[in-house]
Amino acid sequence: MINAKKNTSINKGLVGGLFAISAMTMPAISHAEDVLNSGDTAWMLTSMVLVLFMTIPGLSLFYAGMVRSKNPLSVMMQCFTITCLITVIWVIYGYSLAFGDGDAFVGYLGKAFMAGVGVETLSGTIPESVFAMFQLTFAIITPALIVGAFAERMKFSAMLWFMALWVTVVYAPVCHWVWGGGWLGDQGVLDFAGGTVVHINAGIAGLVCAIVLGKRKGYPSTAMPPHSMVLTLVGAGMLWVGWFGFNAGSELAADGTAGMAMVVTQVATATAALTWMFVEWKIHGKPSALGIASGAVAGLVAITPASGYVGPMGALAIGAASGLGCYIVAVHIKRALGFDDSLDAFSVHGVGGIIGAILTGVFADAALGGVGLEEGVTIGGQVWKQMIGIGATVVYDLIATLILLKIVDLVIGLRVTGDEESEGLDIALHDERGYNL
Amino acid sequence: MKLITAILKPFKMDDVREGLSDIGVTGITVTEVKGFGRQKGHTELYRGAEYVVDFLPKIKLEVAVSTDQLDQVVDVIAKTANTGKIGDGKIFVSDLEQVIRIRTGETGADAL
Repeated sequence: MINAKKNTSINKGLVGGLFAISAMTMPAISHAEDVLNSGDTAWMLTSMVLVLFMTIPGLSLFYAGMVRSKNPLSVMMQCFTITCLITVIWVIYGYSLAFGDGDAFVGYLGKAFMAGVGVETLSGTIPESVFAMFQLTFAIITPALIVGAFAERMKFSAMLWFMALWVTVVYAPVCHWVWGGGWLGDQGVLDFAGGTVVHINAGIAGLVCAIVLGKRKGYPSTAMPPHSMVLTLVGAGMLWVGWFGFNAGSELAADGTAGMAMVVTQVATATAALTWMFVEWKIHGKPSALGIASGAVAGLVAITPASGYVGPMGALAIGAASGLGCYIVAVHIKRALGFDDSLDAFSVHGVGGIIGAILTGVFADAALGGVGLEEGVTIGGQVWKQMIGIGATVVYDLIATLILLKIVDLVIGLRVTGDEESEGLDIALHDERGYNL
Repeated sequence: MKLITAILKPFKMDDVREGLSDIGVTGITVTEVKGFGRQKGHTELYRGAEYVVDFLPKIKLEVAVSTDQLDQVVDVIAKTANTGKIGDGKIFVSDLEQVIRIRTGETGADAL
């Protein structure tokens, strides 16, 4: 049932403007009237919830299980607090920087304090309020992913400052570049649900954090096995389920594209999980739960940018490639290079995001089962565009993250003391135990 | 009186308990412990990080017996806990100076 919109001049102007923009940028799609579609809206209301669920508790549990028993609260607290902090930042100015009218690099403050976003305001066929909240959940999970890189050794206060600054200086602009009307979107970079905006961003920032903060005490000679693989597997399942909101929800509509996004998400994830599992089985002798869960996440990450553009066969390929590629980096290359990316933020999200972004350019081609590339663009041409997107994000993210970390380090210090680290962050930073057994 | 301390493989606990019950031993104390002797640990693998876990879970069984029961009880434990493989454990016998039953105050052989 289509709601009749209130016949005010502001709404007419807004809707007219949105119509004009969508008509210019998406000639092939017939969103002919920007009228509220309750099917789309219902789905997007649900998607927001699914993606929020990915962070709390999905990622929280996934990460908590992988740290030692003296640190699960610290990780869960970081995810929970980030959820709250980024929400406030988003509403005050983050949404505006990402999606407000601006220039090629950043939105300006026209939508600060969600100005102009009222009950009846639309963004396409859904309320802009819902769109803004959906996007918020992406802005939340991206910094939450970085937590995995510096787990078990970062000061809570430093983490808060860093995350607030990082979302402002890195996430919002990069989001604007790709989705908010900025230069990467204009270039034709394909990133359906955030392979670049979320995963490469988080992965690179994670790598920089891991290197700048340094290795955990005793790494790699001391055994630091996950204290609860059960929690990790539960978290992995929640991530998989929630990711349908992440990918299929990025269509911003309840339609065939969302349906296909669901298909390719499921296929790529399962393929990547099996790939990691079988490779590990072959090389190490036994299939592991952490292996299959990690493979699943790698597949979820890699299919993210491709989810609205590729078909099931492309999903198989992307799943296999990411399952194998992320395995090699997480299990072999990381140890060889010696940095302590504790929970593999870079190995899985950074690498998976890069693999997915590149392969999006390949499998979007109609001949390979995708929706088809833009008129006149070849696979090679699209892959080149993808590389520009990847390169720009990597370079900007790397430099900005480094600078932000250095600033926070100078002002309040990044890392906990050696004693605090040995005692465990739950007690040392929060005066709490995860388990009172 | 003697105190028997036995370190056993955890999955043999049920057999040992049954064997002791069959010869009339009615009270034992069991603790979960870790240790190693000649049995090698096992490897655990988490995303390429391999850990050798030296300490193996074992069960420590303590039972107080009268001196004339000693040989029979040691015999039963040794037989029921035996798997023939490295890591079966050990039995220690020590002198027990005094035993008191808390509820009644009985001492010595009456308290066993």
